[in-house]
Amino acid sequence: MKNEIIIEVKDLVKAFGSFHAVDHITFDTYKGEIFGFLGANGAGKTTAMKMLTGLLSPTSGAATVAGFDVFKESEEIKKHIGYMSQKFSLYADLTVKENIQLFGGIYGLSNQAIKHKTHLLLERLGLESSANTLINSLPLGWRQKLAFSVAMIHDPEIIFLDEPTGGVDPITRRQFWDMIYEEADQGTTVFVTTHYMDEAEYCDRISMMVSGKIAALGTPDELKAGFNADNMDEVFVGIAREGSTLEP
Amino acid sequence: MSAISLQHIRKTYKEIIAVKDINLEVGDGELFGLIGPDGAGKTTIIRILTSLMNPDSGKAIVIGLNPNKDYKELRTKIGYMPGRFSLYQDLSVEENLSLFAHLFETTIEANYELVKDIYIQLEPFKDRKAGALSGGMKQKLALCCAMIHKPDILFLDEPTTGVDPVSRKEFWEMLKKLNKEGLTIFVSTPYMDEASLCDRVALIQSGEILAIDTPEGINKLFEAPLFAVNGKNKYQLLKLLKDHPACYSAYSFGSEIHFTSSEQLHADQLEAWLVQKETKDVRVKAIKPGIEDTFMRLMTKTA
Repeated sequence: MKNEIIIEVKDLVKAFGSFHAVDHITFDTYKGEIFGFLGANGAGKTTAMKMLTGLLSPTSGAATVAGFDVFKESEEIKKHIGYMSQKFSLYADLTVKENIQLFGGIYGLSNQAIKHKTHLLLERLGLESSANTLINSLPLGWRQKLAFSVAMIHDPEIIFLDEPTGGVDPITRRQFWDMIYEEADQGTTVFVTTHYMDEAEYCDRISMMVSGKIAALGTPDELKAGFNADNMDEVFVGIAREGSTLEP
Repeated sequence: MSAISLQHIRKTYKEIIAVKDINLEVGDGELFGLIGPDGAGKTTIIRILTSLMNPDSGKAIVIGLNPNKDYKELRTKIGYMPGRFSLYQDLSVEENLSLFAHLFETTIEANYELVKDIYIQLEPFKDRKAGALSGGMKQKLALCCAMIHKPDILFLDEPTTGVDPVSRKEFWEMLKKLNKEGLTIFVSTPYMDEASLCDRVALIQSGEILAIDTPEGINKLFEAPLFAVNGKNKYQLLKLLKDHPACYSAYSFGSEIHFTSSEQLHADQLEAWLVQKETKDVRVKAIKPGIEDTFMRLMTKTA
């Protein structure tokens, strides 16, 4: 059963001067859940994610991630989570193997553990013959799958994925989601943002942010029923239009 | 007359082949989409068309000009919006537009009608620095800057990448409107669902064109029955379908799974098979393919 809370957020606020980028958000995420974190550009998703990953200190409210307080224990949080984004994930001028070893080292794995993980990852991804290939010359789809595996190298309880499949071809995109499902199946919590609305349907629950607030939260079916929509695209447009303001 | 003609275009970067043997024609007044994932060769093609790069071999003609030899003339007649935000971040909205107008030896006033509908949305923030605009607003400003010299043809390299679904819709509405007024538009995108908004599209993957046609024509290339399967526990259902003896492909599509078989099969038969495997509450219906279905099928065929 998915009922053990792993991310607990209550009235969380991040203000930049008078502007509330994140404006009193409250939600829980459960262990092993795939939680979709959606919203329009500028709605406050990135700011909220930065607070939950220990990169940005909140203005007020309360939140724990994997049991650690975002105000006082951000360093502990970083050890218990994985993070991958479309923009930054791997070092392009290092080889596949070097990247795995580097991240293993950063997360404090023993040499033996790194050796073991390297072998395991290469085998799982079918990248054995590309171990000494520079990331630069690896196709994007492979890069993203490797980045995901590297972000999981220290077996974190929660993995944060910021638009992990942007620009990836449709088959690789689905293979990527197969990997997400596998991890969630084994109890890892997946916190993911995406601009692909079909991917929103793959999440257990979804939250939609509009202008710093959570405008809707529920399972894909609940949201579709609530907005009388056939798909998540319609839900998204419905919510974003309802809450849209002329914010430049 | 065709606005664009590419014949046997090839471009390599050291040992990497970016595009190989690209052939395509775009007619005057067309809204043409180049659809494919990152690394497919979209930007390379646009850079060749806009004279920013020469192909290793092959012939390119854009509005009657050769981008290699006639680049000076060509550059005054085309509008180009690159993939990366390329305006001056520390100039204001108005200063950016004015700068681009000056560079092309015109003024905002002379061509205001062209950009009016879009610029009107930016005008309340015209004194704001471009760097401080939201993603959607930046795109609008970049479009205005690419249009202010009244180009004969507009090139847009992934204008909607990373843009949320609502802003994407708005952006396409703007493109449609410009196209209706007679402007030829060549646009690239990794979003398959945007294909249906184009007059014609080329699907591109690994430097090769998989197909060129109208969106309807593309979907006719999908020469197999396609089924949408609905049921609980999609992950398990997907695994099960992949084990079907006649499975050609099974892919998640939003709340459904799209299934094609390698032999003749009826929806009833597939449903019966699933029920017999003790799957509850499962529904199967035959459906028509969309661009993403066809893209994946063409991908696996050429692989």
